[in-house]
Amino acid sequence: MENVYFDNAATTKLDSRVLSKMMPYFESVYGNASAIYRLGRNAHSALEDSRKIVSEILGCNQDEIYFTSGGSESDNTAIRGIAYANKDKGRHIITSKIEHPAVLETCKSLSKEGFEISYVSVDENGFIDLNELQNLIREDTILISIMFANNEIGTIEPVKEIGKLAHEHNIYFHTDAVQAVGSVKIDVNDLNVDSLSLSAHKFNGPKGVGALYVRKGVKFNPLITGGHQEKKKRAGTENVAGIVGLAEALKLAYDELDENNERIIKLRDYYLDEIKKRIPYIKINGDLEKRLPGNTNISFRFIEGEGLLLNLDNKGICASSGSACTSGSLDPSHVLLAIGLSHEVAHGSLRVSIGKYNTKEEVDYLIDCLVEIVNRLRNMSPLYEEFLEGEK
Amino acid sequence: MDYSDKVIEHYTNPRNVGVIEDSSGVGKVGNPVCGDIMKIYIKVENNIITDVKFKTFGCGAAIATSSISTELIKGRTLEEALTLKNGDVVEQLDGLPPVKIHCSLLAEEAIHEAIADYYRKEGKLSEEEIIKKCNLKPNGSFCPHNV
Repeated sequence: MENVYFDNAATTKLDSRVLSKMMPYFESVYGNASAIYRLGRNAHSALEDSRKIVSEILGCNQDEIYFTSGGSESDNTAIRGIAYANKDKGRHIITSKIEHPAVLETCKSLSKEGFEISYVSVDENGFIDLNELQNLIREDTILISIMFANNEIGTIEPVKEIGKLAHEHNIYFHTDAVQAVGSVKIDVNDLNVDSLSLSAHKFNGPKGVGALYVRKGVKFNPLITGGHQEKKKRAGTENVAGIVGLAEALKLAYDELDENNERIIKLRDYYLDEIKKRIPYIKINGDLEKRLPGNTNISFRFIEGEGLLLNLDNKGICASSGSACTSGSLDPSHVLLAIGLSHEVAHGSLRVSIGKYNTKEEVDYLIDCLVEIVNRLRNMSPLYEEFLEGEK
Repeated sequence: MDYSDKVIEHYTNPRNVGVIEDSSGVGKVGNPVCGDIMKIYIKVENNIITDVKFKTFGCGAAIATSSISTELIKGRTLEEALTLKNGDVVEQLDGLPPVKIHCSLLAEEAIHEAIADYYRKEGKLSEEEIIKKCNLKPNGSFCPHNV
């Protein structure tokens, strides 16, 4: 098989219906949305229609949606923007140990600019510790930024409770919902969220476009300055085709949410059950209940993730790992270490993220390939050899 | 990760995987924290490495360097095997990405440890002589975590 794609948490295939909606904004309605003539006005109304679609799905007002270049920019804008605009109230920010680098690195950078960052820990399933969060709150805490769902292990955080806690202390609550939007129903008011990041390419939309929700009244500074676009909160000529694509992809994702999730969860559970049956010495990472529909993360003991990925690639299968070798650093995934895995077990992790285009046939092929590859790599592993000797 | 065709070929079809039950020497380096462990078994007859097998826990580069290193020392004298440098291994593989160079160091060290193990069992050389001859690292194997 060729291109058996199981890395839907990294990015997704563009839905062809989305591409059709986008095409006119490349080919005919190419005017600058700020221009006064008809070609510009038409682009502008497409932009505002898109904003309306996004706001309706998130349960907010249209003027609370800002279009950006993607999840990382949305996270940067929210965290930096809120920090800078509210620094007179305090300079303390709380986040978690399992955030995406877009949040972690932004916080790290702020810590060099006079802000103080606290990192709340997570339990073995990846849930943040609400008691610890409460204890970390101080007089000068201005922002809590906790992800909606984790990109590596799929655990869905208690967002509503975090928001409630934040609001009880008059603290703004930002959530990086890049992994959740498109597969989890979200109402920002019900969930007590003040700001939320999303990215189109995670739900079969185009790459390079995202959105940021910021509740009316929350002060934040723009990250990109220049033009008057997005109410002066995000300068730059709007990516109209991309934004139209984002809105259409989001609309399709929520119109078809229940049927897609039902199918995806069935495939996911089938995959996990078969792997449990056919491969010994594994650990399933992340919570089994409060979990993104398409996410699976398994540690295969005694083997290393990059070797696993390369062998899967030879079979045409795309997946991802938390091993150091694939992270470009010397340490394995910070998320897997935060949930308490040893380096050795973290190195052998495999994230298979299932999307709406995956079939049962593909999952069967993946399982058969994994059984063969894990077995071969274990027979090559000195750790497995020592383990078997110890078992004797 | 940009691996050469040769690296891909070696991690896809690694040569000399396994153990030698009646080996003359065994060398093991690396640790699971780093994510790389290599274990090399050698069979020595008349000062010549007549057989070599390996087991490796590690990434594609670690598997490929183990595989090609065993090919490079098979049939060689112990002295020849000791002159094998990580640079030679990298060259034979048509290069490695910079972040993976430490994997080739591990292969060199595993071979040196296996030969040292053989000398220890043989009992002719003092530990000091073995350390010098095999150029053993005082603090054990290379690990980028320790640098």
